[in-house]
Amino acid sequence: MTQALFGQLLVGLINGSFYALLSLGLAIIFGLLNVVNFAHGALYMMGAFAAWMLSSYLGIGYWWALLLAPLAVGIVGVVVERTMLRRLYGLDNLYGLLLTFGLTLIAEGLFHHYYGNSGNSYPVPEALQGGVNLGFMFMPIYRGWVVVVSIVVCTLSWFVIERTKLGAYLRAGTENPRLLQAFGVNVPVMFTATYGFGVALAAFAGVMAAPVYQVTPLMGSNLVIVVFAVVVIGGMGSIAGAIVTGLGLGLVEGLTKFLYPQASAVVIFVVMAIVLLIRPAGLFGRVK
Amino acid sequence: MLRIARTLALLAAAAAASGAAAQDKVSDGVVKIGVLTDMTGFYSDLAGPGSVLAVKMAAADFGGKVLGKPIEVVAADHQNKPDIASNTARKWFDEEKVDAVVDLVNSGTALAVMPVAAEKKRITLLSGPATTAITGEKCTPYNVHYTYNNWSLANGTGREVVKNGGDTWFFITADYVFGKSLEADTAKVVTESGGKVLGHALHPQSSSDFSSYLLQAQASGAKVIGMANAGADTINTIKQAKEFGVTPKQTLAGLLVFISDVHSLGLDIAKNMYLTTAFYWDRTDATRAFSKRFQSHPDNAKKAMPTMVQAGLYSAVTNYLKAIQAAGTDAADAVIAKMKATPIDDVFGKGSIGPDGLFRHDMYLVQVKTPQESKYPWDYYKIVKTIPAAQAFPSVEAQACPLVKK
Repeated sequence: MTQALFGQLLVGLINGSFYALLSLGLAIIFGLLNVVNFAHGALYMMGAFAAWMLSSYLGIGYWWALLLAPLAVGIVGVVVERTMLRRLYGLDNLYGLLLTFGLTLIAEGLFHHYYGNSGNSYPVPEALQGGVNLGFMFMPIYRGWVVVVSIVVCTLSWFVIERTKLGAYLRAGTENPRLLQAFGVNVPVMFTATYGFGVALAAFAGVMAAPVYQVTPLMGSNLVIVVFAVVVIGGMGSIAGAIVTGLGLGLVEGLTKFLYPQASAVVIFVVMAIVLLIRPAGLFGRVK
Repeated sequence: MLRIARTLALLAAAAAASGAAAQDKVSDGVVKIGVLTDMTGFYSDLAGPGSVLAVKMAAADFGGKVLGKPIEVVAADHQNKPDIASNTARKWFDEEKVDAVVDLVNSGTALAVMPVAAEKKRITLLSGPATTAITGEKCTPYNVHYTYNNWSLANGTGREVVKNGGDTWFFITADYVFGKSLEADTAKVVTESGGKVLGHALHPQSSSDFSSYLLQAQASGAKVIGMANAGADTINTIKQAKEFGVTPKQTLAGLLVFISDVHSLGLDIAKNMYLTTAFYWDRTDATRAFSKRFQSHPDNAKKAMPTMVQAGLYSAVTNYLKAIQAAGTDAADAVIAKMKATPIDDVFGKGSIGPDGLFRHDMYLVQVKTPQESKYPWDYYKIVKTIPAAQAFPSVEAQACPLVKK
């Protein structure tokens, strides 16, 4: 019984680190730009498809895809920000949500038209194939890799935003963009770069996911709701909150799948409801 | 006075005569078929736009007309939601003169629409939904369940796998009516054949991560992991089973797998899996000819081969149109009686529709080829065994359909 439990907890941790990576981009975009980026799931999907396309059409493998796919999707994000999102900064959050939601529908529809819904297979890179028998479970090396990368990327991002000068500018820009601009910082470019970075993070998570899940047009829409719940629970402005909550919720979901799997799709939202009742700004959030 | 009366009488008689002639044998002057399917969700590749294409091909191959009236095909997306399905069907019947609703992949939607059709005396031709209760305790008088059902899958794959030594089972089941019914039917076959069911894990429809359930399956020590799910769920389970080292130590039994799933997984991952199917494009010259026409049709965006759901729908609609022709009307009572009375032998299969509405025909147990064995595109299956209709489907008595008098 405990053996099985450990296995489930480990699986939960793996999923949680994945949620953390995905919610990081969303937390950055919301925390710093005040935009509810509903397109996050579609961008994650586009990252996975970009990796698959690089492999199928250009023969470029996984390791390069880790760099190139986020770059490509990041450029798409930058274009979206410059042409459309920028006009909505001063307005209510709802406009940003509606715009990104619309973009999601377009992206998913396009991919669905060309690629269908059964999706495409993306192989696990050779260096990461196989697994380790831990005694209580067989752990695929690739999943261990996902945990390591997620923790590294999350820690680095948190460090850049909370502890470096660039991060300080970003945070200042959220609070008072005009004043910051008066000090000579190019705020619009900074915002564009931030959105691009958040988008690239989503696409990076997509590339990480491609060997594990089938690359389908709807892979993002299933996850984006969960990721939103993670960010809301963690606190909409808090980077550390998103990371910790992602891991925690992965564990909670893993336990639920073990004890009562029928509830596993719902448990995260139950937690969200409870947290919002007790702490409306989220576990780590700051009420603005 | 007499002349006026006589003229009036003649006019009245003429009016009555022309009225009788104008009383259409075909209601509303058109035979309208509504394809209600999953156009964009996780079943859209095995049914979806391919189903719409199959129906259009059936109408075109029939000549585009029946009893001198045109055949019209409309389509809608039920998004796998029973309430959307039943509302769309109701609107179609009430406002848009639809005579038959077809496809209805996803057992939840099928069960929601069947009673609506029965109430309005319109026909449902089901190709796609699987739950055995459709022609069992939930049967309706105007329904035909065409391509396959859970019982046929359980008895095909289930029985064969147990015979080959897989006598302990663990199920990974989609948590809705289809998955639970498939698990129940297969569990029954397993225990009847001398095997044992060690446990199950129910997962929400359209999950992406199955690692937790696969761990439970591994922990159970069962020799066989039965996948009582379909579409993208099955694909992800198979992929992650390989990743977690579940195969080859434990065997995966794909209880409902379509050729579209194998195509998207690739033979390297799907190889050697047993599955039961009602149609394989490469089985005979006739199936090859039909399938190549389907594949190269301009409306077929992905150039995919037809799945058994799509091929079955083509055959179902063709036989529906033949029944209208033979009955001389498209009124549901006459047409359904004709369909149940006429044996079928066409590109899809050979058999007959029973009084419960179930089309009993041969099924095929196949094994997925390895990449080395596959010689050309879509060369995926080798046919291991033909299961004759009498064994492949439950008998009328076993079905317990309330319509059938004992």
